[in-house]
Amino acid sequence: MFADFDFAVVIKSLPFLWEGMQLTLLLTILAIGGGLILGTILALCRLSPYKLLSFAAGSYVNFFRSMPLILVIFWFYFLVPLIVGRPVGGFYSVLVAFVMFEAAYYCEIMRAGIQSIRKSQVHAGQALGLTYQQNMRYIVLPQAFRNMIPILLTQAIVLFQDTSLVYVVGLHDFLVNAEIIANRDNRLIEMFTTVAIIYFVLCLSASLSVGALQRKYAK
Amino acid sequence: MIEMEKVSKWYGEFRVLDDCTTRVDKGEVVVVCGPSGSGKSTLIKCVNGLEPFQQGTVTVNGVSVGDSDTDLPKLRSHIGMVFQNFELFPHINIIQNIQLAQEKVLSRSADESHKRGMELLERVGLKDQADKFPAQLSGGQQQRVAIARGLAMDPIAMLFDEPTSALDPEMINEVLDVMVELAQEGMTMMVVTHEMGFARKVADRVIFMDEGRIEEDCTTEEFFGTKRGERAEVFLSKII
Repeated sequence: MFADFDFAVVIKSLPFLWEGMQLTLLLTILAIGGGLILGTILALCRLSPYKLLSFAAGSYVNFFRSMPLILVIFWFYFLVPLIVGRPVGGFYSVLVAFVMFEAAYYCEIMRAGIQSIRKSQVHAGQALGLTYQQNMRYIVLPQAFRNMIPILLTQAIVLFQDTSLVYVVGLHDFLVNAEIIANRDNRLIEMFTTVAIIYFVLCLSASLSVGALQRKYAK
Repeated sequence: MIEMEKVSKWYGEFRVLDDCTTRVDKGEVVVVCGPSGSGKSTLIKCVNGLEPFQQGTVTVNGVSVGDSDTDLPKLRSHIGMVFQNFELFPHINIIQNIQLAQEKVLSRSADESHKRGMELLERVGLKDQADKFPAQLSGGQQQRVAIARGLAMDPIAMLFDEPTSALDPEMINEVLDVMVELAQEGMTMMVVTHEMGFARKVADRVIFMDEGRIEEDCTTEEFFGTKRGERAEVFLSKII
């Protein structure tokens, strides 16, 4: 099967693959950033003493965690243009979908992180006269983030892989670009093997650095 | 300065504080002692509103703590508090621990808060530790930093919640020495502790609590003399 493995095809396709990878990375980074911000806000709502806020945030999380990601992507692809009133293009609709979807998971991670901070730390901040917002911002969230770094990164790796689903709305990410060349040149084995190896190397090295971080912070 | 009037608190059916009435005047040092679970820590946390209570009133400098209109953060910024487990903020270094609230609550400049922080670190003998992180310090050192952090807010009173209970025996004195010095300078202090040596040395009054009630509230001479009641007698015989 690998007897006629043609490295030249792989080398030649690298610039085009890199173009796709740029979209994959851009989408991953923006979705992590947006998801983290929205997720943190949701987590604060979920832990809020105001019943309505915590109920709304809880419903949001439960809703998105019960949906397949691909459905959410489809849904926003058709919904966002309707809301905005004009076509927005695949990239923005997919970005919104990822941010909204990831936020549900980041919310739960942040909630666990915030709850892992001992109540007496909160008391210490309060006793110094910090307001609720100041206490969150300077005392609780920095510690929660630090405790959560490994699991946040693990979620980021999952997200990086999940971005390959954008093929359903016709975006040209890393995987789609590989597929285009594979079909055009009829070099499926070369291209899909290359893609698999690249995904594997990137994700494995990210996982290993998460492990290193975990050991560092476990001390 | 601190007045507590018939303060009661329940956790469900369980009554943690039962009709507690006492006061701490300006410049006074009051030690609160009693067996564990007697409500000492809860009582002291009612003073700055860290623990809500259901009945009674607590006023600090004329401001009612339990009143829902009270600006609790502002009130707390005038009262220093030192905790059993130090509760330094682990993610920032020692001097930042002391500067944070000065800057965010009192709106002092970074230079000003740094200067004040270094003065206080020098005072508690830890000037050379300013750039370390809390985890790099011993328990006794951490607690002295915690005292400096409280003093940096220029409080009108200091609350101590079992400040030496989590310390190894050889570190207790370095913390008590700082507290004795503070007391002798005239700081208003309310101290939950089992350190009877400290009480004897600097306390003006001793409060003895049992099962959520204030059983004794008398001068230090009276408490260590013959005037104490039976429960306090039993308690003292166990810890001295």
